Amino acid sequence: MLLKMEHLSKVYPGKKEVLSDFNLDVNKGEFICLIGTSGSGKTTVMRMINRMLNQTEGSILINDEDISKMDPVKLRRKIGYVIQNVGLMPHMTIRENITLVPKLLKWSEDKRNERAKEMLKLVEMPEEMLDRYPSELSGGQQQRIGVVRALAADQDIILMDEPFGALDPITRDSLQTLVKDLQVRLNKTFIFVTHDMDEALRLATRIVIMSHGKQVQTDSPDNILRHPANEFVKELIGKDRLIQARPSITTVGQIMLKDPVAITPGKSLIQAIQLMHDRRVDSLLVTDDAGILKGRIDVESVDYSFNTATSVGDIMDTDVFTVDSDSLIRDTVGRILKRGFKNIPVVDDNHKLVGIVTRAALVDIVYDALYGEAHAEQNHPSTGTSDSKKVGDDE
Amino acid sequence: MMAFFQQYGGQLLLKIWQHIYISGISLALGAIVAVPLGILLTRLKKGAGIIIGFASVLQTVPAMALLALMIPVFGIGIKPAIVALFIYSLLPILRNTYLGMMNVNDTIKDAAKGMGMTNFQSMMKVELPMAAPVIMSGIRLSATYVIAWAALASYIGAGGLGDFIFNGLNLYQSDLIFGGSIPVIMLALITDYLLGRVEALVTPRTESE
Ligand SMILES: Nc1ncnc2c1ncn2[C@@H]1O[C@H](COP(=O)(O)OP(=O)(O)OP(=O)(O)O)[C@@H](O)[C@H]1O
Ligand SMILES: [Mg+2]
Repeated sequence: MLLKMEHLSKVYPGKKEVLSDFNLDVNKGEFICLIGTSGSGKTTVMRMINRMLNQTEGSILINDEDISKMDPVKLRRKIGYVIQNVGLMPHMTIRENITLVPKLLKWSEDKRNERAKEMLKLVEMPEEMLDRYPSELSGGQQQRIGVVRALAADQDIILMDEPFGALDPITRDSLQTLVKDLQVRLNKTFIFVTHDMDEALRLATRIVIMSHGKQVQTDSPDNILRHPANEFVKELIGKDRLIQARPSITTVGQIMLKDPVAITPGKSLIQAIQLMHDRRVDSLLVTDDAGILKGRIDVESVDYSFNTATSVGDIMDTDVFTVDSDSLIRDTVGRILKRGFKNIPVVDDNHKLVGIVTRAALVDIVYDALYGEAHAEQNHPSTGTSDSKKVGDDE
Repeated sequence: MMAFFQQYGGQLLLKIWQHIYISGISLALGAIVAVPLGILLTRLKKGAGIIIGFASVLQTVPAMALLALMIPVFGIGIKPAIVALFIYSLLPILRNTYLGMMNVNDTIKDAAKGMGMTNFQSMMKVELPMAAPVIMSGIRLSATYVIAWAALASYIGAGGLGDFIFNGLNLYQSDLIFGGSIPVIMLALITDYLLGRVEALVTPRTESE
């Protein structure tokens, strides 16, 4: 265990506990995101790790060593620290900023220069930046320097407190890519405070959700999405993400009805109306003998053309909206609902009919996402669709 | 004018020198005491307000009264003058040092500490360089005060350009009054200019060109 936090609490005089019984074990190479409402204690936890704050109770061990017994200055030099407002030294060049901790550790000048260049390369910035001052860099560039400054002395643990909060979305995105890459490639361990659930879901190997000084849920992004511990977590995740994130129902193929009612073009209209009657549907998909989708007919067109046409092929509508069985639900749900189709045929790569998605099936997905699995299962019978069972089965 | 220089030229140079000497020493002492004290105050949780308040009170004692108060302790001459001027020089330097250090952005102080600088390193490498221009402007302000008030030091026998001014006042000789006060003004202006240059020098660079 690289980092072990046990029963941490923090009380400020005259205030109630701002952190209570916080526990977390972190393995090397993990990316922990702390997320929660403002004032929930995220920064408090983070700043205890480098002893910028002392806990009221509990202990923190790094490599089994109690940090309260370590020299705080030495401890901090081993832990990278990145804060929201960057905190670069305005009166030092980029080179001096990057090599600040190495200099405190008394590295030779050659080694420091070497490291500064290396670090700049890591964030894909040109070497001539080394002699510039922070004020001459854009916000995104400054924060890149802030990030590598936290790595320059080979720190294994890197603490980041809302490091990208003040950046525009595009810059934020590229910095997220950067830190994720550092974690994966260099096996660095990150403790990362954020307000942004998208950021947490994207970066974290584990997310710690906090509220009012308490740890509400600590789990992988996947598990948090699948099994949010309570309403607060659901609220924090947001309904949109819950819909999109249902991992067991990700492709259209998994929610479609597998035996759509189909007819061949050579059949007569009488046979068509008969089939509709038998199967209690108001439209039919038309396929050839090989099962390739050719078109569709509905009861209105049969009625309208009954006296003038004889075969299904004569009156079928060949312009049919279809979806691919392996397309993602989140990409198709919106389209299907918006266009107002009652159902959509699902086809494979060869345009062979493999199933059908009904609006009822979509209703189930949305319903499940909003009201949770337990409810959804109880309530399925009342939705009255046969494919709702498939959704449940996949759980 | 020429006549004045012919008659008093040698004396004038001596008085200017005394004036520079008195003010220079007081100011230097003031800076030596007030800058570290100001820094120390930023490390104190409480007490900074009290000490700065006390220095402010000293500042309000009228110059003549302060000089007069020096006599029973230090007698007359240069020594009591320097002590009195030193006391006057303290407040602007102390206040600017304290505020300059306190006003260094908290984020930067936090980053310095968080990266593992000791208290002393943070002070010397971060706070002091960044506060340097503010501290320097405090010294500049003190210098102007001290040079002006040094003219009063003649009153307790410390010499300096005040001798001309007081003699002129006693003898109703306006050329002596001018001969004393104009160099005081010039000294103050030149010092202010020079210290202004120093201030620019100690201002840390934050841009490469
Ligand atoms: N020095 C202090 N004295 C008293 N209370 C404090 C102090 N520092 C923080 N707190 C309180 O502790 C609580 C937790 O603060 P913390 O900074 O950890 O929250 P946070 O989760 O990081 O919030 P944010 O998202 O706003 O940064 C807050 O209620 C805050 O007011
Ligand atoms: Mg915070």
